[in-house]
Amino acid sequence: MNVDITGARIYFTIPVFGGIPITETITNSWLVMALVTGLCIYLTRNLKVKATSRRQIIAEYLVETAQKFVNENMGQKFAYYGPFVAALFCLSVLSSLLSLFGLYPPTSDLSTTMAWAILVFVLITYTKIRHGGIGGYLKGFTQPIFILTPFNILSEVATPISMAFRHFGNIVSGGVISTLVYASLAVASKALLGLLPGMVGQFLSNIPILQVGIPAILSLYFDLFSSVMQAFIFCMLTTLYIANAASDD
Amino acid sequence: MLEKAIVMAGCAVGAGLALIAGIGPGIGEGYAVGKACEAIGRQPESKGDVRSTMLLGCAIAETTGIYGFVTGLLLIFVAPGIFINLL
Repeated sequence: MNVDITGARIYFTIPVFGGIPITETITNSWLVMALVTGLCIYLTRNLKVKATSRRQIIAEYLVETAQKFVNENMGQKFAYYGPFVAALFCLSVLSSLLSLFGLYPPTSDLSTTMAWAILVFVLITYTKIRHGGIGGYLKGFTQPIFILTPFNILSEVATPISMAFRHFGNIVSGGVISTLVYASLAVASKALLGLLPGMVGQFLSNIPILQVGIPAILSLYFDLFSSVMQAFIFCMLTTLYIANAASDD
Repeated sequence: MLEKAIVMAGCAVGAGLALIAGIGPGIGEGYAVGKACEAIGRQPESKGDVRSTMLLGCAIAETTGIYGFVTGLLLIFVAPGIFINLL
């Protein structure tokens, strides 16, 4: 069987500043952005003070859930992080769920998740510096013992790397396993239908009949559950790290 | 010819060794799920909270297993091309 597992395809290259490649990741991210914007515009049309339409009740429920999540994990003083965390969750979930439609999910590319992780790392560092000043930030690496400084620096650098790789690894492993399962089911159905005698067998063995239904069971875990879980974990780690950066212990 | 064979063999053996990292999450998450079952048995009303906490903890503990899996994937699909070009 010939399996083709590669990264994102490059569609074309803008010949500016030495070539900016427009890859599948970028175009599918545009699609996700359009989806999120369209959803927001659809949910916020014709709002009334007292919620009567079903659309407004759903919109209020979503906003309340996001705000409650941020308040529980970060406390009341960080309530302004609500929109950021909700946006991160929506982008992550919809990007990963694109694999249900046969498209290439943008979170299957390390660039996407690493960009989000670096953004969160900048926020954590900013919160730490705002909380204790630059002196307090640098001194925090030498707590509790001075010898532990290289390990503290290492764990600080490992934070965005582990967040990015966790998200990327889960989504890309789902994609790779789906590809391998499809290829092996094609080979299995060719062998099975080739057992039929004569021309019927030769004709039918080109139809991969075993590919119907069986990958859907795997896709329940790898596409649906894993996408929502990884997005939720990314957001929860964001809130916990930022709340931890502003506390005194 | 021999160098290509050595490179390919090295990549294959490395991929196999990388996936030994799958032992860790298996043991750890199994233990965590056992503790969760004990907790539910002790107090059946806390089933929802225990289940969410357990799933969250398992997904975080899965990280090192995923590191090994991604390394194995890279060694099988990406590394031979790069190493052969370097030869």
